[in-house]
Amino acid sequence: MSTTTADPATSNAPEAALANRARFASLVQRQGALAIFVVVVAVASVSFDTFASRGNLTGIAVQASFLAMLALGMTFVIMTGGIDLSVGSVFALGGVLAAWGSQHGTLVAFVLPLAVCGAIGLVQGLVIARGGLPPFIVTLAGLLFARGLLLLLSDEGATTYKVPRGSSFRELAQGELLGVPYPVILVVVFFAIGALVLHRTSYGASVLAIGGQEDAADLMGLPVQRTKVLTYVASALLAGFGGVMIASYTSSGVTILGVGTELEAIAAVVLGGTLLTGGAGTVLGTLVGVLLLQVIKNVINQVGSLDSDWQSVVSGTILLLVVTLQRFLTRVERR
Amino acid sequence: MTPQHTTAAAVAVGDPVLQTVGVTKSFSGVRALEGVDFELRAGEIHTLVGENGAGKSTLIKVLTGVYTPDGGEVRYAGETVHFRRPADAQHAGISTIYQEVNLVPLLSVARNIFLGREPRRFGLIDVGAMNKRARELMAELGIDIDVTAELGRLGLGSQQMVALARAMSVDSRVVIMDEPTSSLESAEVETLFRVARGLRDRGVGLVFVSHRLDELWELCDRVTILRDGQWVHTGPMAQTTRLELVSKMLGRDVDEVRAGGATEFGASHRQSGEPALVVSGLDVANRLHGVDLTVHPGEVVGLAGLLGSGRSETVKAVYGALKARSGEVSVAGRKVRTGSVRGALASGVALLSEDRKAEGIVPDLSVRDNIALAVLPRMSRAGVVSEARIDALVDTFMKRLRIKASSPDQKVRELSGGNQQKVLIARWLATEPTVFLLDEPTRGIDVGAKAEVQALIDELAEQGLAVVLISSEMDELVEGADRIVVLHDGHVQAELDSTDLSSSELLAALAGDRAADPQAPIETEGQHA
Amino acid sequence: MSDSTATATAPGSTGSTGGPGGSGRSGTRFDVDWVRRNGVFVALGVLLLANVFLTDNFVSTGTLRLQLVQVAPVVIVALGMALVIGTEGIDLSVGAVMALAAALIPLYVGYGSVGAIVVGLVGGVVVGLLAGVLVGVVGVQPIVATLGLMVAVRGVANLFGGEIKSIREPGLVSLGTGDVAGVPYVVLIAAVVSLVVWLVVRRSTYGRQLVAIGGNKLAAQLAGLPVRRVLVTTYVVSGLLAAMAGILLAARSQASDPTKLGQLMELSAITAVVIGGTPLSGGQVRILGTIAGALLMQLITATLIFHDIPDSTAQIVQAVIVIAAVYVQLGRGKARRS
Repeated sequence: MSTTTADPATSNAPEAALANRARFASLVQRQGALAIFVVVVAVASVSFDTFASRGNLTGIAVQASFLAMLALGMTFVIMTGGIDLSVGSVFALGGVLAAWGSQHGTLVAFVLPLAVCGAIGLVQGLVIARGGLPPFIVTLAGLLFARGLLLLLSDEGATTYKVPRGSSFRELAQGELLGVPYPVILVVVFFAIGALVLHRTSYGASVLAIGGQEDAADLMGLPVQRTKVLTYVASALLAGFGGVMIASYTSSGVTILGVGTELEAIAAVVLGGTLLTGGAGTVLGTLVGVLLLQVIKNVINQVGSLDSDWQSVVSGTILLLVVTLQRFLTRVERR
Repeated sequence: MTPQHTTAAAVAVGDPVLQTVGVTKSFSGVRALEGVDFELRAGEIHTLVGENGAGKSTLIKVLTGVYTPDGGEVRYAGETVHFRRPADAQHAGISTIYQEVNLVPLLSVARNIFLGREPRRFGLIDVGAMNKRARELMAELGIDIDVTAELGRLGLGSQQMVALARAMSVDSRVVIMDEPTSSLESAEVETLFRVARGLRDRGVGLVFVSHRLDELWELCDRVTILRDGQWVHTGPMAQTTRLELVSKMLGRDVDEVRAGGATEFGASHRQSGEPALVVSGLDVANRLHGVDLTVHPGEVVGLAGLLGSGRSETVKAVYGALKARSGEVSVAGRKVRTGSVRGALASGVALLSEDRKAEGIVPDLSVRDNIALAVLPRMSRAGVVSEARIDALVDTFMKRLRIKASSPDQKVRELSGGNQQKVLIARWLATEPTVFLLDEPTRGIDVGAKAEVQALIDELAEQGLAVVLISSEMDELVEGADRIVVLHDGHVQAELDSTDLSSSELLAALAGDRAADPQAPIETEGQHA
Repeated sequence: MSDSTATATAPGSTGSTGGPGGSGRSGTRFDVDWVRRNGVFVALGVLLLANVFLTDNFVSTGTLRLQLVQVAPVVIVALGMALVIGTEGIDLSVGAVMALAAALIPLYVGYGSVGAIVVGLVGGVVVGLLAGVLVGVVGVQPIVATLGLMVAVRGVANLFGGEIKSIREPGLVSLGTGDVAGVPYVVLIAAVVSLVVWLVVRRSTYGRQLVAIGGNKLAAQLAGLPVRRVLVTTYVVSGLLAAMAGILLAARSQASDPTKLGQLMELSAITAVVIGGTPLSGGQVRILGTIAGALLMQLITATLIFHDIPDSTAQIVQAVIVIAAVYVQLGRGKARRS
């Protein structure tokens, strides 16, 4: 009772070797960022006394937490084979709305940005899923729209709303539990939920199926449109929430935030081993990607003599190296 | 457990389970189906045959909810139904298995089987239970596949089995198989057939569509023939001869068909002079092990073998599209650099690839640009394209190959499969090859175009072209080729002179060392022609 | 002259592209197709007319000149982008390349303006070459490859440039601000580049091959087309054109600001290309459409500014227009599928 027709004696050995190689390649593909991350952290700890200090590590974690929120949403979007260029603007918009809202109460500071950002995500999702427009263009328009809205709200960027002194809203990003800042805890919780949703819910299954082969998902009767809409809503909500966090952290609605952040989020997702073609990836990988980018920034700051412009040079180069490596590995895998 | 159980009333074996009554469907004024009656009974395997454009796929799409009929009705388990989406038909218990596997390659086998209906615990997917049920299902079907393996890592045949298992797991009343065998090896086909028969014996109604006519007699109980969007004939398969079938499909006289033989190939060709193509010791990692091949000008050499035997790999390696580890290729006495498509083209080798859509046409370009594609540098001076030269070239080939297009500027995607194939043949002939490698040149095109392509191959050989012909159809090889090289597991197993060869002899050669295997290749019952 | 696509046919073999007649297809389909091909020109015309009547002082050489000078760099970048998109690619690095080229100018101005310009252009070519190799040879997805380059090159530009540097070299200053018979050099250069790219797409072997590769890469490969070479060339051209735009922009403003220069230019360029009717899925390049797309976006922004509508609203309007334009294109896709 076998469906394989090849003679086992002749073909098994090379095939087993091939399978091993493929497995190794896929491992490196998925965990490559982790390896680089570990190496960078190890080298940095040895080279700079200040790196491994509790204060510095906490700083890295908190700094990374905002991008992490965006990248989590982006991971889901990319897994459906889409892309969300609007998250940087939505992130900034969320921050401004939260700062403005905090003047009217902490609840408003949460509800208002999430409602507005969620609405933007909903419209984008509907246009993409129902209208069938390319995500790249739709979210590019979303980027312009959200930034325009932000400028409108802040008198063309002239007004920076402040979170009132003593507002409990500041606690969200400035408080801590057992020495761990809230943003870090939030990221851990959100990513855990993200992983669970992806691997253990039917929504997650649909996400993976759509990214793998959208026509197939459709023919299998999966709710393709609904899943896509949900994914863009989730992405916008997470970006908006990242904005809420940063408003709380900086106690203000900084209008110039988030320019190019969508690209950083994409970079983190790609570094984390999620394929831009969709269908495969892990939320944990994305977290590693985010941390890697943040650690690089930190290390370059530690090297006092280096200009901070090196940050982008190094980040960009690492991104290119990782994707080049991934590319060669997929070739091995396919062979 | 699953909701599918409750939707349709039970249908006794032998009673109609899925019917169309007077179904009509038009696309922008063009009738694709005209009052078609079709009846599928529970517990039968029913084949739907017809030329391309006869309305087969439209009918299937109506049955599976992809299209809504303009007129007439679809009845399922005795009740009139209106499927709006594929999902509706599926929930009702009609599963479809397509030619290309429509599953998710990066998910596990078990995930694929239960996608959208995963067993759950506390609202979350219960992976343990899912894998267990998948294993049970596979055991029931007699399929030996690791259910936790990533689907994409399995062979196409195994993937097709998973698609079947998925259909089974939803307790389908009706399974529609649209060209499921076109990319399967014969042993895989056997397994597929065994599973299909198992389903039939349980009272499932199956619709089976295949371009390989032989399979129909082996598997199917009844046949319905469509022509030009109209119903022509329904009857028991066993009482339909191959000749009748073809003549009804074509709407031609039986005698006319017989006179032409099963194919349009004429007599054998002369072999003259020095060989045009000499391949020696061609070796491709894990695929080919020292293949030798010689083709003379004016000769058609058939390349036979079961799927995976290395037929396509051989021509691809000769053409440089597949990297050879070792081996030599020479054309007209000159050595060709292996591993380079451009080198092969420059030496006068052309390859008509098996996958017309993915590797052949550029769908959005015009017929004209598609024909001129490979010879652009030759049509240019100092990097500037000469429109006049292209026009002359395109005009010549459109006439010579009788390409039916509204104008040379029509987009290739709008042409029928047969005409697309002719455009590609024109593209290659424009390169003025000395060696033409044809990989399944007549697959998936309608009978009329098929005959034209066969006649063309003959004509080209007459004119001195060296042709290598790959085909899964015995008739085509036996009648079309002067010699047949049989491949098995990447090496040459036999070389046959086709002058007095019969299909069954070729079959024996193909079966080769596994003649003892009772599950071995395609049966011989269908070889009526 | 109607718009040309590279998929277009020999001149004279049909009634050229666009105009009614010629095609024997059903009415609705034809109309949608016509809108897709020419919508951008119609929109541009309508907006121009509206401005002539509604905007004070619109019809003055000063206004028109300013608009053209402002749109010229976008046009130049968008032309390169159109070629890249035609190969089913995308080039996010163009803005950073502009900054890099501009940052190199003050450093090498000692070699004279020509020397500095050459160095700047070489900078763009090098980045384009890297992008081309990553995409064409290594096989990295264009969006990722050029995203990485965008980040890295912007950093490099900052490292070279540091802070805003003014450009005083007379040759460069006159390049940015001078004119011939009232036509600014910048506009003249954009016009010449447009003409050259248009000819290349329509008449050259490279142009035909590019479109075929964008339409079906595998088939193009098997037809013996020099796929790698065409891809690499295309990204090099895009880099070169972006560098040219960067230099012109720096020369015009007589300053090089590597942090700001060319920011979001990739998005403006993509918008112009898409609005001009080139599908992101590759296989088509519409040069005149791209130019019109850039002009349209510029005119929209200008119109809003003329009427004292703030930047914020302008962005929102742009967003809506982008979606609407793509929706029209999609209408054609749907009509064809059925």
